[in-house]
Amino acid sequence: MNTAVENPAEEVNPVDPALETEMTLSMGPQHPSTHGVLRLDLRLDGELVTKATPDIGYLHTGMEKLFEYKKYQQGIVITDRMDYLNPLGNNLAYVMAAEKLLGLEIPERAQVIRVLMCELQRIASHMVWLGTSCLDIGAMTPFWFTFKEREKILNIIESASGGRMTPSYFRIGGLMMDLPAGFDNRVRQFLDKFPEALETFDTLITGNKIWQSRTKGIGVISKEEAIDWGLTGPSLRGSGVELDIRRANPYSGYETYDFEVPTEPDGDVWSRFKVRMRELRESQKIVRQALERLKPGPIKADAPKVVLPDRDDMRKHMDALIHHFLIVAEGFNVPPGEVYHPIEASKGELGVYMKANGGPKPERVHFRGPSFVNLSALPVMAEGEMIADVVAIIGSLDIVLGEIDR
Amino acid sequence: MTEKLHQFVEALRNQSPDWVSDVIDALGEVTVFVPREAIVDACRFLRDEHKFDMLADLCGCDRGPEEDPRFEVNYHLFSTIHYNRLRLKVLLSEEDPVVQTVTSVWKTANWHERETYDLLGIQFKGHPDLRRILLPSDFDGFALRKDYPLRGFEPYSLN
Repeated sequence: MNTAVENPAEEVNPVDPALETEMTLSMGPQHPSTHGVLRLDLRLDGELVTKATPDIGYLHTGMEKLFEYKKYQQGIVITDRMDYLNPLGNNLAYVMAAEKLLGLEIPERAQVIRVLMCELQRIASHMVWLGTSCLDIGAMTPFWFTFKEREKILNIIESASGGRMTPSYFRIGGLMMDLPAGFDNRVRQFLDKFPEALETFDTLITGNKIWQSRTKGIGVISKEEAIDWGLTGPSLRGSGVELDIRRANPYSGYETYDFEVPTEPDGDVWSRFKVRMRELRESQKIVRQALERLKPGPIKADAPKVVLPDRDDMRKHMDALIHHFLIVAEGFNVPPGEVYHPIEASKGELGVYMKANGGPKPERVHFRGPSFVNLSALPVMAEGEMIADVVAIIGSLDIVLGEIDR
Repeated sequence: MTEKLHQFVEALRNQSPDWVSDVIDALGEVTVFVPREAIVDACRFLRDEHKFDMLADLCGCDRGPEEDPRFEVNYHLFSTIHYNRLRLKVLLSEEDPVVQTVTSVWKTANWHERETYDLLGIQFKGHPDLRRILLPSDFDGFALRKDYPLRGFEPYSLN
């Protein structure tokens, strides 16, 4: 053994004099309340957190690199795996960026279905957030109730797309296929029962004294700081900023829906919790409106060189068969240009920067994940809090590591 | 549709003609090419005078080893007050991929710049904590560059 260097670790990381009175704690990456594989480097003075440094990258799979080697339509499948609690939102952001580059007009029915599915997905995503953030603080019961509701939504999504966690339902130019028969009844059945579930959550959690004392005044971030750190979505609205991309830069017809943008002024865990709880009711309202608007019509844009033809057409028309072959074998060319398309995902602004070079594969695809940015503000909220509250703060940010690490 | 955005470009030009080297208006979005020396001043001016209080996104792009300038850094500015979006773009050469950090303007730039450094090797001068963020600290090379193979080099290669 080489004895020249007695303690190589000490040379790399010299001991900090502050550590005479403080200690460091590595929280994660297998900690159950870090929602995946997040590691926090905490510096503690007793139970107080004096410094928190998130360490990410454990789930990095090089998705942005992979996009450059896949055709545009193949990229949709990759997006499912980013924010795996909100795959339809990721699909939507990606396909809308490509549609913007191609200049495609999406038919009314497809837009309504997109809104409907995305809002259902938002409810499902918030259900996971609600269950797990309660679980983190020690309330196990709500978890079973929220996952029951989520299961119903996943079944609805499965009935339309065939996939539960990875639907890939939206395609460039429209949808994979039309909704199955009886779909609106399934959704109505779910919606009729959902207010009951919301009431259960309110009695279980919202009115719970322990829950309130664990969340009120914890992890405060001010309005100015929240904007400076780029927080978006419920985390920003919990600090009293009325910003919703569905209102600010409407897409897919959101400007025609009637819904409120809930905000809470305090910027603590409790505020972010209340914003999401109120959002559940708004999403439910939007789903109902979308159901009303569901009229028969085409679900794919009129662009035979981009959108796959129907099977029936392929049997009858020569050109449909040729287009199908060309799209599948060679892909379609997207004119050169660059776009940034933001949508309001369940966690905040999900932006896609897409640069095309004229070929069938993108030159660069970059995802601005809301979880990535929201997590970067964690030190601001966590420093000065107790170590047990760090768990509550992470829960209130609703992060998904699949999206952070990409 | 983009008239409003052109007002901001004009304001930038009036403030200092050197800040705007080119403007592209395409697909409903306006891209302003800013020389790299001016990016921090231009960002601060847009934040203070024109309410672009949020940096929605910052990302780098590699145009390929044969291009010159090879790299670009995109700043997607957003305003939580008037909801407009503007893209600033800085072009960087392969030999000297260095640009001043904008962490002094928006704190959120911190992780975005670390990610861009990690994957593309673009240096941000003055960044408080420029370390790799997604890849391991001993990773060799910059994975998102076009000349980096998809399946990687040893010891991380999948071949």
